[in-house]
Amino acid sequence: MNVLVCISHVPDTTTKIKFTDNNTRLDISGIQWVINPWDELSLTRALELKDDASCGIDKVSVAHVGPVSTEPTIRKALAIGADDAYRVDAEPLDAYQVAAQLAEIVKAGSFDIILCGIESSDYNGSNVGGMLAEFLDYPSVSGISKLEIKEGKAHITREIDGGKEMLISPAPFVGIVQKGIAKEPRIAAMRGIMMARKKPIQLVDAVQTEPLSETLEFEPPQPRPACKFVDPEQPGKLIELLQNEAKVI
Amino acid sequence: MSVLVYTENWNGKFKKLSFELASYASELAQMSGIEPVALSIGKVEQDELMKLAGYGIKKIISVEGDSIEKFDTRTYSRIISDQAKKEAATLIVLANNNEGKALAPRLSVRLQAAIASGVSGLPQETDPFRIKKRAFSGNAYATVELKTAVKILTLTQNSFDLSEKPVEASIEKVTAENYETAPGPEIQDVQIQTGKLLLSDAEIVVSGGRGVKSADNWGPILELAELLNGATACSRPVSDEGWRPHEEHTGQTGKIIAPNLYIAIGISGATQHLAGISGSKFIVAINNDKDAPIFDAAQYGIVGDAAKVLPKLVEALKAAGSS
Ligand SMILES: Cc1cc2nc3c(=O)[nH]c(=O)nc-3n(C[C@H](O)[C@H](O)[C@H](O)COP(=O)(O)OP(=O)(O)OC[C@H]3O[C@@H](n4cnc5c(N)ncnc54)[C@H](O)[C@@H]3O)c2cc1C
Repeated sequence: MNVLVCISHVPDTTTKIKFTDNNTRLDISGIQWVINPWDELSLTRALELKDDASCGIDKVSVAHVGPVSTEPTIRKALAIGADDAYRVDAEPLDAYQVAAQLAEIVKAGSFDIILCGIESSDYNGSNVGGMLAEFLDYPSVSGISKLEIKEGKAHITREIDGGKEMLISPAPFVGIVQKGIAKEPRIAAMRGIMMARKKPIQLVDAVQTEPLSETLEFEPPQPRPACKFVDPEQPGKLIELLQNEAKVI
Repeated sequence: MSVLVYTENWNGKFKKLSFELASYASELAQMSGIEPVALSIGKVEQDELMKLAGYGIKKIISVEGDSIEKFDTRTYSRIISDQAKKEAATLIVLANNNEGKALAPRLSVRLQAAIASGVSGLPQETDPFRIKKRAFSGNAYATVELKTAVKILTLTQNSFDLSEKPVEASIEKVTAENYETAPGPEIQDVQIQTGKLLLSDAEIVVSGGRGVKSADNWGPILELAELLNGATACSRPVSDEGWRPHEEHTGQTGKIIAPNLYIAIGISGATQHLAGISGSKFIVAINNDKDAPIFDAAQYGIVGDAAKVLPKLVEALKAAGSS
C-alpha cells in the first residue's frame, strides 16, 4: 500500500501575523515556515503505520503545491521520514487550483490512502481534501481522529457531533484528518536530515487551472476593549457585569 | 435564481444553527434580489420543516428516501448540486461545521463554484461578490472575491443573529432515487453521548487550563457550567494530560467555537488557544498572573487563584440566581 500526504506550508502558529502592501499581502519578513500542523500529524501517523510491518505500507510520499522557496518545508517532511516528494511548481492561489494540481499527482501515481489536513492554518479554507476527493471521484472520510490498518483495510474513527463514528473504508480514499490521529508530530533526527538531502523531490509541471476566488485584502480583528478587572474578593461584581452590562447570562 | 440553504437536521429536528442559516439565507437573498430556498435531506416532519418559514424561507425542499438516511458525502453533495441546478441557485449556504465542511468542497468541484468558508456576516458587495472570512486562525479577516456564477458560503455557527420574519411557505417533497454511488466507507459503530449539550451549540462555555492543576479540581467548573446552562471546555495540555476528554479541547487544533460567553480559568491565552475562541462575544479570564495574555483578549478579568475564586463565584452566582 502507498500513502500520499498532502502538505501545506504555513507560518509557524506562534508568528505574529502582519500584512504589507496596503494589507493585500502577508508580510513574510521574519516568518518561520512550518508544515501545517494537521499535515504534520498525518505524516507522523502514516510513518507510524509504515513502521508496523503488519500494516503492509510500502511507501509514504508527500505532495505540495508551491514555488521553489517552499522546498525547505518539503525537505523537512523527508527528514521526518517520508520516502519521496512531489512539488508542483506553482504559486498556490486558492483551494480549487491546489486540489486540481494534487489530483494530477494522484492520477499519475498509485496511491491507496491520500491524507490531507482538515484545514491549513493560514487561509482556514478546509477545502482542499474534499475538492481533491471530488476531482478523483474517490470516497472521502472527514474529521478523522484515528487511523489503523488491519488486514489491508483502513479502520477509521471520525469525530461527529457529540460522538464518534467507526468506519472501514475501501481504498483508494481521501482521508481528511483532524487532531488525535497522532499524539505529537515526529521530529527529524540528524540521520533523517542527512538522508533527506538524497531523497528525490520530483518536480511536476502545473496544469492550467484558473482559481475560482481571489483574496483581496486582510485586516486584523477589531481590538477588544481593555479588560475590566473585578476584585477577586467580590466575584459577585462579575456576575452583575455579565447580567447587566454584557447581558449574556 | 435563488439562494439555496442546506439546513441539516439532527434525528429529524432542526436546531438554532438551522435557523441561523435560514436567517442568513433570507437576508442574503433579499440583498441579492432573489428567492431563498431551503433544502432538507432525510426524514423531517412537516411542522418541523415549516419552522424555517419563521425565518423568511418561502420554499422548502425536503428530500427523503431509504437510501439516504445516513450521511454520505458523495450522495449528499449530489443531491444538493442537483437541487441547486433545478432551483437555479447562484448562492449556496451551508454551515461551517463537520457536515458543511465535508460537502462544500465537493459541491465546489461539481458546480465550478468558488467557496468562502467560515463567513460570519453578509457580503460587502454582491457584484463583484466580496465577503469577509476568517483567516490565520482568527488572527485576521480576509476579504475574498468569488468569481464564479455559482458561489458557496459556509457560515460560522452562532455568528449570525436570528431574524424572525414569518412568511407563507410551500413544501416540495422529493423522493431520492438513483443516488447509488460506488461502495464507500462502511459505518461499523457509532458512539454518541445523548442528553449532553454540545460544545459547538453552547452559548456559554466554562473552560479550564493547566492552572486548574488537576482533574480533581474540576468540580467548581462543572458546577459553574451547570448553573449557567453552559458546556465545559479545556485547553490542549488539559486534554493531553487526560484531565478532560479530547472533545472538550478548544483551540487551533481542537474545536473552534463562538459562544456568547467564554470563561477561561487558569488558561494563559496562547495564540493557538485563542484561535479556537476568539470569535466569542465576551471572554472572561480568571488567572493568577496579571500579565497573562488571556487578559488582552478578555473584557472581564479576575486576577487571583482559581482554587479560591471559583467557590466564591459559584456562591455569588447561586445568590444572584435565587434573588
Ligand atoms: C501547533 C500547535 C497547536 C496547538 N494547538 C492548541 C490548541 O488547539 N489549544 C490549546 O489550548 N493549545 C494549543 N497549543 C498549545 C498552546 O501553545 C499552549 O501551550 C496551551 O494553550 C497552554 O495551555 P494552558 O493555558 O492551559 O496552560 P499554561 O500556558 O501553562 O497556562 C496556565 C495558566 O494558568 C495560570 N495559573 C496557574 N496557576 C493558577 C491558579 N492557581 N489560579 C489561576 N490561574 C493559574 C498561569 O498563570 C497560566 O497563565 C498548540 C501548540 C502548538 C505548537
